[in-house]
Amino acid sequence: MSQSTSAMGNEKIKSSRRKFLKSAATLAGATIGYSWLKSSQVLLFAAEPKDESLPWYGIVIDIQKCIGCGICAKACKNENDVPIEPFFFRTWIEQYTVKNDGSVNIVSPNGGIDGFKQTVPDEDIFKSFFVPKMCNHCSKSPCEQVCPVGATYLSPEGVVLIDEKYCIGCRYCVQACPYGCRFMHPVKKVANKCTLCYHRLKKNLAPACMEVCPTGARMYGNLRDKESELVKFLKEHTTQVLRPNLNTGAKLYYNALSSEVR
Amino acid sequence: MEPHYQHLYEILANAQGYIFPNEIDLQWGILIVVYPFITGLVAGAFILASLERVFKVKILKPTYQIALLTALSFLLVATMPLISHLSQPQRAYEIMITPNSSSAMAIFGFVYLWYLMVVLLLEIWFDYRHSMVVWSNEKKGVIKWVYKVLTLGVSDISPRTVKWDRKLGYIITVIGIPSAFILHGYVGFIFGSIKANPWWSTPLMPIIFLFSAMVSGISLVMLVYMVISHIRKKVIDVNVLDAIGKYLFFVLILDFTLEGLDQIQRIYEAEESFEIIKLLVSGKLYLTLFVAQGLVGTIIPLITLAFLQFYKHKIKLRKTMYFIVSILVLIGVYSMRWNVVIGGQLFSKSFSGFTSFKVGLIGLDGTLMAAFWLILPIGILAFLLWLLPPWKMVEEEE
Repeated sequence: MSQSTSAMGNEKIKSSRRKFLKSAATLAGATIGYSWLKSSQVLLFAAEPKDESLPWYGIVIDIQKCIGCGICAKACKNENDVPIEPFFFRTWIEQYTVKNDGSVNIVSPNGGIDGFKQTVPDEDIFKSFFVPKMCNHCSKSPCEQVCPVGATYLSPEGVVLIDEKYCIGCRYCVQACPYGCRFMHPVKKVANKCTLCYHRLKKNLAPACMEVCPTGARMYGNLRDKESELVKFLKEHTTQVLRPNLNTGAKLYYNALSSEVR
Repeated sequence: MEPHYQHLYEILANAQGYIFPNEIDLQWGILIVVYPFITGLVAGAFILASLERVFKVKILKPTYQIALLTALSFLLVATMPLISHLSQPQRAYEIMITPNSSSAMAIFGFVYLWYLMVVLLLEIWFDYRHSMVVWSNEKKGVIKWVYKVLTLGVSDISPRTVKWDRKLGYIITVIGIPSAFILHGYVGFIFGSIKANPWWSTPLMPIIFLFSAMVSGISLVMLVYMVISHIRKKVIDVNVLDAIGKYLFFVLILDFTLEGLDQIQRIYEAEESFEIIKLLVSGKLYLTLFVAQGLVGTIIPLITLAFLQFYKHKIKLRKTMYFIVSILVLIGVYSMRWNVVIGGQLFSKSFSGFTSFKVGLIGLDGTLMAAFWLILPIGILAFLLWLLPPWKMVEEEE
């Protein structure tokens, strides 16, 4: 009795094993097939572009070097036709003042274009620093994800751009950007943001904000080129992106980023 | 200086704490408050209609067509606040032609069309076809031809065909229930999927939107039923009100529980955004959240409805109470939309400060425009009730 049961059991196990192997093979095949089909996308999202002949741009901002002169923000407005009113910025500078009592004072009057005045008395200051902000040119950008018509897109070089002739002005992208880098252009009536001066990049010129920075606090470069200044900097410094928990694939790396900054 | 900038300078002067410089101006104004409110009414009204149809709740029969026509009236207008808030409304069609598959918003056009064309219009058509054929034979002049066109030339009213009308209508209702869930759950997802905004980003958002939609839709149908009966000088059947009131009571409990759960979760987890959200709800949203949405729109209706579950005396008093409850619930759900849409934009994504919002009276994004989009469906409903009076429909034996 017990023999026959076990024989039957074996038979059962064998057949179920066959079934299992069959389905496992199918599943594995399907997975491999799927990942092969999806591989290009996976590569792209892993911060490496498809087209190896093109650069994959990243940015470094060295907080220790920023002196808060605001020339970058001014140059950006001039270069990119951004309205001068203090509500529209492709880049701006924030001044953080951590007081002795632990509270943090953050200001950015006119985006820092006119420079800063420290209003906290010296004796109350624990530390103070400037943080330039601009588009993070995320490789998994939420703004690109939510655009209903695909007017926002990631260029092959990893620059997040907007097709102004295509944007319907729904403002969903402005809501989706966790860094506050987007705004509605009051004249063009479409979304607007930093293009990393794409028009200049194409001519091998540095973005306006970086061109004018007197201390070299801002850097851009090809993340794929392991010999580039940018990659070298990233290797030698401990850098951090903003809001890493949001997994936006930000490619703007800050050196000496303080935990107060968001 | 342009008036727009003048307005922004005023807001800038009143900003509290630190906000990113691009955040002074709210991107979504009152029209985007109206939009989920309207779609919610559509979904809720339809679900109430489906209750009667699919679950054979006979007592709700007098409200069946009213609910369907209410849903249609509001659905016809649902896209208007959306399109009129676009900065480039002339490009709105792009959303249908070249939708970005990763965008939650891009699917709206398709969900909307599916719901309008496949669900609502078809269901109403199957429901009214028999009557429209009869009316087209009875009436004279232009209206005769209007009904003729509306029947789409299908004038067969043999019992077999009419039976098929009923059958197909039933199937569409069955498809319609998940469709209504998708329509409004999806609207919640538009907000709930924005990870940049902690006030919006919660997987509960679609479900909360859905239940608040049902609450508002049920209230609206109850209100419309009472108003129509009053205008037609017919007696309001208090049993119908009791039945609707019972559903409203249960759905409101669920809605309240879900929203409470969402808030408790936020408070207990107390993530990095907690401090700013605490300031938001206790400050700028205090009136609209705790008073309008919580007390007026939820607690008072809940207590009243609970009371009405066992208070079965004075009919006139009960009717008055139902009337007031339905209005309070609508105010509450409108406030909920406000709290989500406007509330979510008042605090900075730096979590360090607040901007402010003042609704203008005029302009495309002003109160008058929003009021217009809310009143227009009522006008459409009046027209539809005149064209397709539920009380003059051909009686069909079951």
